[in-house]
Amino acid sequence: MSTLPHALKSERTWPFFLDAIVLGGVIGTVYLMMVVGRYWFGAIVPAAEISRSPRAIPMYTVYSLVRMTAAYVLSLVFAVAYGYVAAYNKRLQAAMLATLDILQSIPVLSFLPGVMLAMVSLFPTRQLGVEIGSVILIFTGQVWNMAFSFYASLKAIPKELREASRIYRFSRLQEFLQLELPYGTIGLVWNSMVSVAGGWFFLMACEMFVLGKRDFRLPGLGSYLQSAASDGDTQGIVWGLAAMIAVIVMIDQVVWRPVIAWADKFKMEQVESASVAESPILHFLQNSPLLTRLTSQTLAPLAERMYLHAAQRHQEKPFKMSDARRGRVVRWIVSGLLVGLIMYAVVQAFLTLRGVTSTELLTTVESAGATFLRVLVALVLGSAWTIPAGVAIGFNPKLARIAQPLAQIAASVPATALFPVVLLALISVGGGLKVGSILLMLLGTQWYILFNVIAGAMAIPSEFREVSEIFRFNRLDRWRTVILPGIFPYLLTGLVTASGGAWNASIVAEYFHFKGQVLSTFGLGSLISSATDAGNFSLLLLSTVVMATLVVSVNRLLWRPLYRIAEQRYKLEP
Amino acid sequence: MREPIIEARQVEKFYGQPGGNRIQVIAPLDMSVYPGEIVALLGPSGSGKSTLLRMLTGLATPTGGQVLWHNKPLHGPCENVSIVFQSFALFPWLTVLENVEAPLKARGIDAVKRRKRSLKMLDTVGLDGFESAYPKELSGGMKQRVGFARALVVQPEVLFMDEPFSALDVLTAENLRSELLELWEDKKIDTQSVFIVTHNIEEAILLADRIVVLGKNPARIRTDFRVELPRPRDRKSPAFTILVDYVYKVLTKPDAGSDFQLAPTTTTPILTRERPKYQMLPHARPGGIAGFLEILSDHGGHADIYHLADDLMFEIDDMLPTVEAAVLLGYLTLFEGDSEITSEGQAFVEADILARKDLFRAAALERASLIKQIRRSLETKADRTLPDEFFLDLLEEHFSQEEAKLQIETAINWGRYAELFDYDSKRERFFMPEEVAAPTEENSEENEVGHGL
Repeated sequence: MSTLPHALKSERTWPFFLDAIVLGGVIGTVYLMMVVGRYWFGAIVPAAEISRSPRAIPMYTVYSLVRMTAAYVLSLVFAVAYGYVAAYNKRLQAAMLATLDILQSIPVLSFLPGVMLAMVSLFPTRQLGVEIGSVILIFTGQVWNMAFSFYASLKAIPKELREASRIYRFSRLQEFLQLELPYGTIGLVWNSMVSVAGGWFFLMACEMFVLGKRDFRLPGLGSYLQSAASDGDTQGIVWGLAAMIAVIVMIDQVVWRPVIAWADKFKMEQVESASVAESPILHFLQNSPLLTRLTSQTLAPLAERMYLHAAQRHQEKPFKMSDARRGRVVRWIVSGLLVGLIMYAVVQAFLTLRGVTSTELLTTVESAGATFLRVLVALVLGSAWTIPAGVAIGFNPKLARIAQPLAQIAASVPATALFPVVLLALISVGGGLKVGSILLMLLGTQWYILFNVIAGAMAIPSEFREVSEIFRFNRLDRWRTVILPGIFPYLLTGLVTASGGAWNASIVAEYFHFKGQVLSTFGLGSLISSATDAGNFSLLLLSTVVMATLVVSVNRLLWRPLYRIAEQRYKLEP
Repeated sequence: MREPIIEARQVEKFYGQPGGNRIQVIAPLDMSVYPGEIVALLGPSGSGKSTLLRMLTGLATPTGGQVLWHNKPLHGPCENVSIVFQSFALFPWLTVLENVEAPLKARGIDAVKRRKRSLKMLDTVGLDGFESAYPKELSGGMKQRVGFARALVVQPEVLFMDEPFSALDVLTAENLRSELLELWEDKKIDTQSVFIVTHNIEEAILLADRIVVLGKNPARIRTDFRVELPRPRDRKSPAFTILVDYVYKVLTKPDAGSDFQLAPTTTTPILTRERPKYQMLPHARPGGIAGFLEILSDHGGHADIYHLADDLMFEIDDMLPTVEAAVLLGYLTLFEGDSEITSEGQAFVEADILARKDLFRAAALERASLIKQIRRSLETKADRTLPDEFFLDLLEEHFSQEEAKLQIETAINWGRYAELFDYDSKRERFFMPEEVAAPTEENSEENEVGHGL
């Protein structure tokens, strides 16, 4: 607020420009929304002709961006609602968390047939059905970690803040807007970034796929890239990749940086930290007179009215018995319906699974083993270079200043988009997809390990390193007594994320449409992909169940005990 | 007498154990808050003061008994009270002004009135000009001023304060305390009574019209009396020091008895109920006990604990466990706050490091039942090891889960020092070290590290 008069004094024309930019942005967005809307509500074109002209790219980018945005908004709303219910409903809590765990381990493609068929039959004549299907697919790849993050934030709210909101008689709405949502914001922001990056990763799979005899192709950047890749059109791949990287870098600058800078005030720190995130765009938005006036005249009074209404209802709310009874009836009906639905799904699943032959079962188990090994090798290879590199970067501030932004850009490029390039290289070298798929998994997941190791190395107190220098530890001892224990909890987080990512990536890494034919290698991922392509639902269900079981049991049997050890022994507490 | 605003009747708090045992945290007690008074609730840390405060405000429900608010039973948080928290509990994402406005918003007061009242309150507590700052930009003292403004802006009938000055440095706390008192005396704050929870004896006597002293395990009222000293109160005045000594004696006397009629004025009857029979190890480290005894020995072997703590710039509350431990080991006698080192204690002080260990071992085995129990149990086992859960289960029959863990932790400290037994934090087991001449250096070092992290 204090900067406004100052700005008026020194540069009178500046706010005008700000407003002009904002206005231009609004008009442009409205126009594009209309174009997209006309297409969405137009007649259904399940398999659009994908133009390979670079001139088609801008509009394709808009289509993809709209899909991603819709999916993200859906994810955010769902995540907050799910986290909220899971945190406060004591009866559902355990079941909801377990569900989250399982859903998180199911690859996007396994949702595909169900979602698509349901949506197309819901809107048989409109493009809307296919589009919503695609949006929901992207959603299934983004939402779970966000939901978990919000749940965890709600559970971690400090007791005294809660008590303050209770003793000052906050209404539910006020408690949500002034305590719960702000407290969860930081976690939501970071998880949103990870989720959206994951969305780009699977965009190709979500925009273009075969379902039995039906061919689905939605106009977008993902389908552009995939059709270029499957034709081996190098020029098209380069154009598509360039567009995608440009969009990702732009989103990073225009969306995430301002959001991170804005989220800074939600940190639970007692003292202002030395380095404060800054963003010129956020400054723009906060200082545009147009926007300021707009919020002060529309949003603020609206919020005020909501607060007042909620407050009055909260203040005069005497506890009514009838309300409770009605609530109980509703609860019974809802839970009855839920149980019925689940039973129905289980029965249907069993009926579907009856179609599985014993050879298919054997193949599934064997391919699960193959993919398991591949994930393992990818993790080992990934750790082998990221641990030394990450520690070197983390210990050396100068190096970190150069390497970190570079690594961030490298990580933001969706590995799937690089697949064709890598494949071309592999084919000319002669490695094949057997080895290639490991490389592809690595491309997608090594960054999680790298970033976490860097963070871990930075968190090791310099006293520890000084001790190891004073006592002249040799290299081996230094790693064994200082570095590895120090980075252990961080490394673990990186490995867990990476292994989850690698399992998910196997569906695109092991099975690939390339130059008009299918390149695939033996594995659970390729089994899922080919089952989707062939419309073999029983096999798809079986392989999905196997993958989910594997991922969840690895989580329970390996990662969780390791986490406990990390918590107990390697946590550095002040 | 006037009608109380809040009245607690036979409120108690206990936790049921799976075995049918119950851990009594607060014994059934009566307590009232009357209009026009500042009440201080004084007690050692972990005595359940804060729990009692939360039961009075309706934030926590008592397991037994009833809290009445203007003679009506309380369901959920009180209608019109405020709490000033030890950790300030400000919302970091709201500005100072928004923080103060929040409770008014919750009461459905419109924006203009809200702002006016909040600004006036900020002015009263001396935060004029800080409206648009965020809490993290303020010092601790300033933050607590915001806490006061937020609490007072709703004109609460009772202003509750939960150790409001404990997180501040001494000077800031002193300053804030006197300003609060000034506001109260000048009737500049709109509250009928103030209820402050503290473990600082001087703070209680400086502020309060009435002091309630709480005992521990389970909490029960040891004394409840009026402070008739004129304001402003002078810490150095003889009447003040006498009162400090008196309260100190009440606090340190392990068993409350009827001899507290010595109180300057009224004393409420003390409810008697059986204490848990199991002896509790005070959370003191052997090194701390030795250090304390050395200092006492240098003071000629006897001193008033309260003055000693004051001289050493210690919070008496922080020193109490060490004193209790010394008493338990028979190194110290305590009579109404006057401590005297015993001959065993003197021998311990004069011994060298190894001899001290021997003396400590003998004393701990003889007098500390948990230590004795762990050692005996280990001796009966062929492999000389036992999981800590074995003892945790036993302890949880008598203590809360948290306290049981603390007991184990203290026992490990004592056992290691006395070389009676050791603890493997990796496997969470107690074990008896091999009977070698000296304890293996490496072993104890490693365990120390594992424990410390």
